[in-house]
Amino acid sequence: MPIQYYIFLSLALFSIGVMGTMMRRNAIIIFMCIELMLNAVNLLMVAFSNYWENSNAQIFVFFIMVVAAAEVAVGLAIITLVYRKVNSVDINILNRLKN
Amino acid sequence: MNPHQLVFWILSAIAIGGALGVILSRNPVASVLFLIVTFFAVSGHYILLNAQFLAIVNIIVYAGAIMVLFLYVIMLMNLNGDVEPQKSKLLQFAGIISGGTLFLVLLAAFKTTQLTTTPINTTSSIGLISELGQVLFTRFVFPFEISSILFLSAMVGAVVIGKKD
Repeated sequence: MPIQYYIFLSLALFSIGVMGTMMRRNAIIIFMCIELMLNAVNLLMVAFSNYWENSNAQIFVFFIMVVAAAEVAVGLAIITLVYRKVNSVDINILNRLKN
Repeated sequence: MNPHQLVFWILSAIAIGGALGVILSRNPVASVLFLIVTFFAVSGHYILLNAQFLAIVNIIVYAGAIMVLFLYVIMLMNLNGDVEPQKSKLLQFAGIISGGTLFLVLLAAFKTTQLTTTPINTTSSIGLISELGQVLFTRFVFPFEISSILFLSAMVGAVVIGKKD
């Protein structure tokens, strides 16, 4: 397949992630949409690594996965803590960040 | 249409359908399951690009570890009912319009890129684990060690934040 098809597929996945981030009110769903955007970028990097015959991009994808795993561990801990305090994960309730 | 193209289109349809399912389904557990479907489709794309190491790491780390963490948190919070509050229709509409506009603008920008249209090389060996291991442990060995410190701090942070006070 030409590289353009991979670019357009990644764009579609990334835009769907952006849409989900703006449409939903559940903090966990917003977090999942961010994971979706990260995956779209990963797919594009692997496609270009293949295009340029260069393996550095695949190492970067590996590091993106590492950082995403650490981010999810801390982020979900924060969401659980907030849920214990205010009994909700609705971002319209969380926007005060106090009380 | 050769088999490679057929698999590409099928995987793309599954990936985009799964992504739409993530943002459109009302039930958070269904969203997580749709996201796992999307990750499997993306792993299929990695296999098509002959990036076999990343394909298996994507399944193990994303679909295996991260999504299980999401599922556990959703089950702990008992969010699996249809009790989730929705944004107003106007805000949802605005989100769709702005996301679609972003898609169109990026599409128009990338449409005229001067890339050669040679097909992707499906037999290149740069994605195999022996090649990637060579690069990871020679050129990128310092970032690799740093990432272990990142993991340690993330683990300590998650435990400290998550413990009952």
